[in-house]
Amino acid sequence: MRTVRMLTAAALAAGGLLAGAGAAAADSPSASASPSGGAAGPTEAGTAFRTATPVKPGQRATAEASTGDYLYWVLPLDSGQRATVKASVKLPPAASRHAASTWRIDVYDGLRRRQACTYGAQSAAAAKDAASVELSCTLRTVRPGAEPWAHDPLPGSYYVRLTAAEVAKEDLGQPVRVEVSAETRDTGGAFAVDGALAQPLVPGITARLAAEAESGAAGSAGKDRPAAVGEPDGGWSGGRWSDRWVWTAAGGVLAALAGVFGYSVTRGRGRPPHVPPRG
Amino acid sequence: MITRKWAAAGACGLLAALAAGLFPASAAAGEPAAKDSPKVELVLDVSGSMRATDIDGKSRMAAAKQAFNEVLDATPEEVRLGIRTLGADYPGDDRQLGCKDTKQLYPVGKLDRVEAKAAVATLAPTGWTPIGPALLGAAEDLKGGNATRRIVLITDGEDTCAPLDPCEVARDIAAQGIHLVIDTLGLVPDAKTREQLVCIAEATGGTYTSVQHTAELSGRVKQLVDRAAAPVVTPVATQGAKQCQGAPKLGAGLYTDRESFGEHRWYQVDVRPGQELRASVSIAADRAVNNDYGVLLRAVTVHGREIVRGSEAGDGRTDAISTGLRYPKGESDDEDGDGGTAAETVCLQVGNSFSAPASVKTAPGMPVELVIDLVDGPDGASDAASFGLGRGWWLLGLLTLAGLVAGLVWGWISRWRISVWRTS
Repeated sequence: MRTVRMLTAAALAAGGLLAGAGAAAADSPSASASPSGGAAGPTEAGTAFRTATPVKPGQRATAEASTGDYLYWVLPLDSGQRATVKASVKLPPAASRHAASTWRIDVYDGLRRRQACTYGAQSAAAAKDAASVELSCTLRTVRPGAEPWAHDPLPGSYYVRLTAAEVAKEDLGQPVRVEVSAETRDTGGAFAVDGALAQPLVPGITARLAAEAESGAAGSAGKDRPAAVGEPDGGWSGGRWSDRWVWTAAGGVLAALAGVFGYSVTRGRGRPPHVPPRG
Repeated sequence: MITRKWAAAGACGLLAALAAGLFPASAAAGEPAAKDSPKVELVLDVSGSMRATDIDGKSRMAAAKQAFNEVLDATPEEVRLGIRTLGADYPGDDRQLGCKDTKQLYPVGKLDRVEAKAAVATLAPTGWTPIGPALLGAAEDLKGGNATRRIVLITDGEDTCAPLDPCEVARDIAAQGIHLVIDTLGLVPDAKTREQLVCIAEATGGTYTSVQHTAELSGRVKQLVDRAAAPVVTPVATQGAKQCQGAPKLGAGLYTDRESFGEHRWYQVDVRPGQELRASVSIAADRAVNNDYGVLLRAVTVHGREIVRGSEAGDGRTDAISTGLRYPKGESDDEDGDGGTAAETVCLQVGNSFSAPASVKTAPGMPVELVIDLVDGPDGASDAASFGLGRGWWLLGLLTLAGLVAGLVWGWISRWRISVWRTS
């Protein structure tokens, strides 16, 4: 009967463990909340890295601009997230335009390195009579850490730049209305790697940490922040959590169950009844 | 028992992971250092051509006045706003005099809306279009302090005061390192006006807008004034050297410099063991450049060995090209024997491969923006996978199989021991 007890205990433990892990995954900061509708975000855009407007994943940022402007937004991406940046440009009335134009989004990481789009229409041509143009760029999955020589995307700020890549000179300066939003999807532990950045790739983080240490206000997130600083909801995850914990733990449980089963198979039904118990 | 231990270990790991994940590595606070309130100067063209009635059936002047009234009403409290006119006073034909005709209509300072509106109401389209002198005057008006500075130039015609090219003037103003941005608005612009205004905006990192309606004008100017009010970190001007020796030593921060075509600039950064150097550089294309271009940022030891580099190339229309690198310095550095805690001097080399048509002036150089951060080094990676953990069905299968084999062997051993006990 010991076997049965052990089996029961193992099953219970496994159930509890998996349930706990599920809850942990749900609570985990790396689990992103990306409402598909898109909450209203900022209505302005920056015009340089320094003045980029912070926007959160799931928010829909809008801006009124002129054709030819370089518009910048900055959004925080955490490890394990795969972001898709979408932009839509409402072009000026066709009657006032002179030629077709090409629009493009570029995404840069916190070190201002250009990040590749794995798929999506990163640049799109708008015909002379088109009313709007849609762009999209899906980034690679953000890794918690990488070698210094690698260009892997790392947790931190990501800059989105939207501009007209090709435009007739006559069409410069005409009013456009742009919309930008980013959605993130959690890729789970498939891309979890060992090693993590001590601090996310957020420009100016040295000054911020110093100011924080000076004021001694740990944990109290300031209301006034420099323009180019954003954090994911719930802060940076630090890259220590991944669903690999659950997989490995579940594997351990299964191994234990299999071990108990194997033991019971070869050991037989315990002490034979005709054998007297030991002294 | 084994099962319970596994469960306990797993739960502990989970708790640790959760605790680590829930408390953010950086709970951020902090804001840019105390700064003067932003300064904006609106520069309005009051030349004779503003009489033309082609904006919503009104004259350009009337449209501008209406827009100014709306802008003055909506100006944020903290913005110090001034107004300068060009071509407002001299109606004659003398080019010499006409090209000096720019004056400050309302001084840069705390805005008195009634006074400012009254001053704008007196304007009547009169003279020449001396854009260059007006920009110089506006830059002078905005001098002093560490405020954000912005000039909004509203004009309907090209500069009529050659040879002083307003585009060159704008670039020279920008090169003074006073962080001044010029935004330009063209009222129903023709091709030459547009070209000139685009050039002025490009030279200072500003924007160009072509205006056909009054609403567009007031909306855009309001937007630009609001942008001036947005808080932004002001960079520190520095000047890189031709080689690493004698290069300026930079700490963490935001810096600006100027770099000519094909020039190299060097800077030094001290990195202590256990620290990570992060450097990003942007080079702005503030003039007409050839179609293909690039930037190279290298971290080099004082002995000239390259540690890591960042490079980027591009083509077509752009405002800037940028790249970055990180260099985590290991905890122990035994290169010199004395090792220990001595900081290593890392040389940063910034180069570019911009080129320009022969007609484009190469001086002053293009604006360089350099961001340097020094943070703690990353946690070392001992394994390709996260903490050496695995995932997937193969892992589960393998572990299960291993467990089964272990159980079988264990059971067999116990059975063998029992039989030994029975026979003995």
